[in-house]
Amino acid sequence: MTPRLDIRILLPVLSLAILLAAVFWLQPRAMSYLGLNLLFNLAVPVALATVAQMIVIMVGDIDLSMGAFVSFVACVTATLVVDAPGLGYAALAAAILAYAALGALIEARRLPAIVVTLGMSFAWGGLAVLLLPSPGGSAPGWLRAVMTVKPPLVPMAVLASAAIALAAHLVVMRSSFGVLLRGLGGNARSLGRAGWSPVALRAAAYGLAGLFAVLSGMALVGLSTAADANIALRYTLLSIAGVILGGGEFTGGRVSPVGAVIGALTLTLAGSFLSFLRLSPDWQIGAQGVILIAVLAARLLFGRRAR
Amino acid sequence: MSALLDRPWIWAWLAAFAAFAATAAISQSQGIAGLLVAALTFSAFTVLVGLGQMFVITLGPGNIDLSIPATMTLAATLSLKFMGGAGALALPGLAVALAVGLGAGLVNYALILLLRIPPIIATLAASFVYQSLAIWSNRGLRIKPPDLLSDLMLGRTLGLPNVAYIALAACLLAWVALERARYGREVTAIGQNLRAARFAGIAVERVRCATYLLSAALAGVTGFLLACFAGGAALNMGQEYLLSSIAVVVIGGSSIGGGRSNVPGVPAGAMFLFLIVSMLNSYGLGAGVRLLLTGVIIVGIVALGTRSRTAR
Repeated sequence: MTPRLDIRILLPVLSLAILLAAVFWLQPRAMSYLGLNLLFNLAVPVALATVAQMIVIMVGDIDLSMGAFVSFVACVTATLVVDAPGLGYAALAAAILAYAALGALIEARRLPAIVVTLGMSFAWGGLAVLLLPSPGGSAPGWLRAVMTVKPPLVPMAVLASAAIALAAHLVVMRSSFGVLLRGLGGNARSLGRAGWSPVALRAAAYGLAGLFAVLSGMALVGLSTAADANIALRYTLLSIAGVILGGGEFTGGRVSPVGAVIGALTLTLAGSFLSFLRLSPDWQIGAQGVILIAVLAARLLFGRRAR
Repeated sequence: MSALLDRPWIWAWLAAFAAFAATAAISQSQGIAGLLVAALTFSAFTVLVGLGQMFVITLGPGNIDLSIPATMTLAATLSLKFMGGAGALALPGLAVALAVGLGAGLVNYALILLLRIPPIIATLAASFVYQSLAIWSNRGLRIKPPDLLSDLMLGRTLGLPNVAYIALAACLLAWVALERARYGREVTAIGQNLRAARFAGIAVERVRCATYLLSAALAGVTGFLLACFAGGAALNMGQEYLLSSIAVVVIGGSSIGGGRSNVPGVPAGAMFLFLIVSMLNSYGLGAGVRLLLTGVIIVGIVALGTRSRTAR
């Protein structure tokens, strides 16, 4: 049991370390407070979205509306939260509740989560366009301040990523609530037999995912100071890739919150690495695909040796 | 009558007819004939990719081809580039699109087999690479399809659009393949019970390989046809087919869990999707409301449709 667990976290750490070393080798000036902050700045919203996706994958589903939802949250944050804070925060809370309701609907009616979330991606996209037909808006002052704070020694982006990983780890791996959620992904029926309501649990899981996704959208606006309806569409693919890179599996509720955050950092770093290589931006998405495939292949090799 | 009502695809057809009536009632400017032609034209492309997706979904839980949009774009870009607007190269151009599709399907299946990862992730990761290839080869590209092909795609025979005939032929072939051929029985058997299918002596991996090849090949050809129809390949041309290829299978009454699929539901689902969007259009709603309602309607249909099937 222990060696398998080690490998699940070892591989993401190793891929991040190798990529980081390669970046430093190509661009030694990145090895500084400012450099690190620039490298990992955009990792914070990606890491939050990845944790959200991880929670959905943990209960055996997959969320194809993550990018649209984070974009919608960004639009709410850049418009309503600035202009009418009361209404804005209420809208964000309602969005989390909507996510929980989706989870309940999926469990109660035994719906395919893939189709439901794909459909919802249209709904969130539509709401985002209604709120913000053209790019614009502004970041709430406190959010901008939080996202640009400069703590001593360690850049904010690195600290925030560590905090996200710790929070997700405590909730998912260390709390009894997390055990229940992982059990839902492992064997929903046995949880039901034990007297738990699968509908309530799936609703809770989706609500928790919605909370992290809302934080992701807010963090994104804090960094970009504006939003548009398509600002985070690529987060759907990035978040799934991040979970896989971080050692998550698709069945049995086997995920790693720390790994997922590291996976998100790796994917963000891959973008900077490619630009340091002077590789055309045409290949950015493709390279993410190649990295994903390479890590999966490596996992297969290591996993076999360990057995 | 009750035998007809038992068919899983009947509800999709009823919904499509209802949507047609509702849309025709409010869009006087276009006329019923115009609406029918538009519906047949645009749903034809969805039908073609939907059929491929249907066979993949039949294979069982977790089997979904997410690389369809990227494969469409890549095949369209490369084949249009190859033809360079020359009508004489129309057939070789189609062959190029087919070859790109088959190549993508082979890569998808190789990843599923060799890396032993869920097909969703394999096709997703591969689609990143196809998308990048398409972006790279499409850069600043504005190649028009040969006039011969665009005329063929935009043309009508006996009052109905040519693409509708192509989709109809594809549906008939798919029906024979699913219901009457050994291949369809094997795909269905695998989707119902993988282990039982293996014990029954079905060459499971060969059938799975053929299915992913089929889906990608259809995506490649559809990309080619769509680019000829639209007058060129755009990088986002495949985007909407990610949702619609899956949605038409589910709306058509096939089980998303696999093992229980039907062909007649696919064209009905495609028509319904198109008609819903055009109905929202003719109400004069903005893009935001339209998107929102499309999403809510799809989720609603899936919620109701899945319920009526599990209740039985």
